[in-house]
Amino acid sequence: MKKSLLRTLTAVMTATVLTVPVLLTGCTKKNEQVVYVYNWGEYIDPEVLDSFTAETGIKVIYDEFETNEVMYPKVEAGAATYDVICPSDYMIQKMIENDLLAELNYANIPNIKYIGKQYLDSSEEFDPGNKYSVPYCWGTVGILYNKTMVDEPIDSWSVLWDEKYKGEILMQNSVRDAFMVALKLDGHSMNTLDDAELEQAKEKLIEQKPLVQAYVVDQVRDKMIGNEAAIGVIYSGEAIYTQRENPDLEYVIPKEGTNVWIDSWVIPKNAQNKENAEAFINYMCKPEIALKNFDFITYSTPNEAARELIEEEDIRNSEIAFPDLTKYSNLETYHYLGAEGDTKYADLWKTVKSE
Amino acid sequence: MTKILKRIYAGLILLFLYLPMFTLIVLSFNASKSRAKWGGFTFNWYQKLFHDRVMMQVLLTTLMIALISSVVACIIGTIAALAMDRMKVFTRNTLMGVTNIPMLNADIVTGISLMLLFLFFRFKFGFTTILLSHITFNIPYVILSVMPRIKKMNPSNYEAALDLGATPIYAFFKVVLPDIWPGVLSGFLMAFTMSLDDFIITHFTKGAGVDTLSTKIYAQVKKGISPEMYALSTLIFISVLVLLILINTLPSGNKDGKKEAKKA
Amino acid sequence: MKSNKYIKLLSAPYIIWAVAFIIIPLVMVFYYGLTDKDGAFTFANVLNISRPEHFKSLYLALILALISTVICMLLAYPLALILSGMKTKNDHLIVFIFILPMWMNFLLRTMAWQTLLENDGVINNVLSFLHLPTLHIINTPAAIVFGMIYNFLPFMILPLYNVISKIDVNVLNAARDLGANPVQTLTRIILPLSVPGIISGITMVFVPSLTTFVVSEMLGGSKILLIGNVIEQEFTQNSNWNLGSGLSIVLMVFIIISMVVTSIYDKEGEGNAL
Repeated sequence: MKKSLLRTLTAVMTATVLTVPVLLTGCTKKNEQVVYVYNWGEYIDPEVLDSFTAETGIKVIYDEFETNEVMYPKVEAGAATYDVICPSDYMIQKMIENDLLAELNYANIPNIKYIGKQYLDSSEEFDPGNKYSVPYCWGTVGILYNKTMVDEPIDSWSVLWDEKYKGEILMQNSVRDAFMVALKLDGHSMNTLDDAELEQAKEKLIEQKPLVQAYVVDQVRDKMIGNEAAIGVIYSGEAIYTQRENPDLEYVIPKEGTNVWIDSWVIPKNAQNKENAEAFINYMCKPEIALKNFDFITYSTPNEAARELIEEEDIRNSEIAFPDLTKYSNLETYHYLGAEGDTKYADLWKTVKSE
Repeated sequence: MTKILKRIYAGLILLFLYLPMFTLIVLSFNASKSRAKWGGFTFNWYQKLFHDRVMMQVLLTTLMIALISSVVACIIGTIAALAMDRMKVFTRNTLMGVTNIPMLNADIVTGISLMLLFLFFRFKFGFTTILLSHITFNIPYVILSVMPRIKKMNPSNYEAALDLGATPIYAFFKVVLPDIWPGVLSGFLMAFTMSLDDFIITHFTKGAGVDTLSTKIYAQVKKGISPEMYALSTLIFISVLVLLILINTLPSGNKDGKKEAKKA
Repeated sequence: MKSNKYIKLLSAPYIIWAVAFIIIPLVMVFYYGLTDKDGAFTFANVLNISRPEHFKSLYLALILALISTVICMLLAYPLALILSGMKTKNDHLIVFIFILPMWMNFLLRTMAWQTLLENDGVINNVLSFLHLPTLHIINTPAAIVFGMIYNFLPFMILPLYNVISKIDVNVLNAARDLGANPVQTLTRIILPLSVPGIISGITMVFVPSLTTFVVSEMLGGSKILLIGNVIEQEFTQNSNWNLGSGLSIVLMVFIIISMVVTSIYDKEGEGNAL
């Protein structure tokens, strides 16, 4: 009696332990329509997600990443299966080359017609034939500075090496953007794989490090608004938002040239709700939705119809939101540099960071 | 004189430990979204908090994981501790050594090792993987707080119950469990707290669309924390504080439970 | 007991759990750490610690962890003495007071220090209001040490308090009766008796300080790489699991050393009561 009871108890316990995970996996599966979205931080109007669900009945499960480099391993490892992601140009190229993306079915994305042709053309550079990606936002990388703390007009990356601003400089905490600044200042391509040029850029970044207050990404915005720093490297889309909050801030594209980027929606190969993902992309291309997003995040939209809808004329024709790129020289787009190139940059960046 | 100095010293350390709490509580009433500026007093964030579906979902996930993981850890841990008490010294020490691993090993290594395991066996990352990880690092806290109780327990009580005709199950619930209950309880509290406060292991084992408070805050730290988070943390902090004061001031508390809390 | 054998069987669920979620995962770390991308055996990942960047990050982490452990100890020991001397009826309350901060999330607490320590932060505003020199430690190793001390101090206080408050008052009285002055009582009686607490406190502060990546990231402005940051980035940014695992193995060597030290001094497992 005693023995059998104990034996039963043991068996029951062991069984429970083994079945708990199974049960829980079962519980989380529901029959409702969902779409898993993986986007940059603060890169969408949350109301748009609600209205998407209201219109289509598809629930949005939304996650955010900080840099392309953080996003990639998650998708590659398959640890988290997302349905729609918003990487930048060079990262899309990397994902295409490593066979991580699914081809889009444009029959489900008729609203692509609202996207300006020039943006689709420039997307060909990383996505030949526009097979995998639909542009969402675009912009440049530049310098945001506080006019009360900087008394001279800024037009060059070299200000980031000016001893005067020691401890007042915010650099981007992402490898490509950081190296881009140093490479451009030296007059090199931001896609270089030349050892000597990269070595020079590395030395420059090490030289700059004592002047840097912090390496940050999205925090540049809050710190600049809060007067925590005088100069920051930032994406153009943040300029309008930060100026609204703190009128002392000014955005410039340095004369040495900079990076022009496009962030586009893509669907990974392991997506489990591909049609929902296409419905989501299609919805994002709707002019009034693109406008709503533009109003909220203030990143330049490639959606021509949405731009027409912008009421304030000064914003519609704003040099910051919609710059005439032909006026600038030396603009470039990042390319994927291959696994070896990636390692090269990552190693050099690690050296800079460990100094 | 020395008494005053002693009090001042203890007070300073407490100030050091609680200064950030006060900062966060103050920030939760700050009308300005930026933590660098004071924009006037407001209850706004508290109102917003309760209407924020995402925040409520995150809170629910966090509490569910903390609760389920500590209950499961208590069951497995208590039973294991009872069994380990009867083992040969070598077996017991070996098992205790293994038990110590998640406690003494670095969180980052524990997190990575579990991530590699889940990837290798193609688990779908999400609620389940977080829960399994939390149970894993919670069990040792339970075992370590139950063990001393079992050692102190008089085995003849259990024997006597059996001799008097009780079934082992009955004897376990009527004799053994009440004896070790304070240990189980403090193990549970410890496990719950650890689960609630964990970031690193969750960071490596979470999946798409599932967030605990920790991982949500980590994401928010990077892009600017929404003041609702301060409000939520303030509420959690205040409710625990109130609970604590109640337990300590109500004279007719569960004496045993109170006494044991110090073991935690 | 007659049913010994079957009671032992009750440990089966835990043993299965421990093998599945403690042993096998660690084996996986060793597997990845000792192989290259193609699965061939290699020591390269472990030896990679000698690369200047990695070695520097490990060295810096060791130094900072050491400093914060020592400071924690110097802060916590007098406090534990004071607390155990209070002989309050509510001694469990004392423990609660030190655990309570953990209910406000660790990341939020650390971020609060960011707000307090910033150049334009709360503390500096107070200091400049009082016409005192301002503090510029945010984004420096000093701020990281500060964060470590803050976050891990309770782990030092609790084991020390546990051990010291359990010292038999009669022993102390006997020492006094035999003519020992307070200093002698402290160094000859209390200190030796509290060794298990000290050791346990040291490991509980040293290991998390050595391996943290969050504190250094948040209070160091991502300007300072500790070994924890390097490992984290190998996994979350560079997708190099082999290197990340290899460096984790190196890290574990230091943890094992502290585990061995703990088990030598702490045979009773009392200090672990935390």
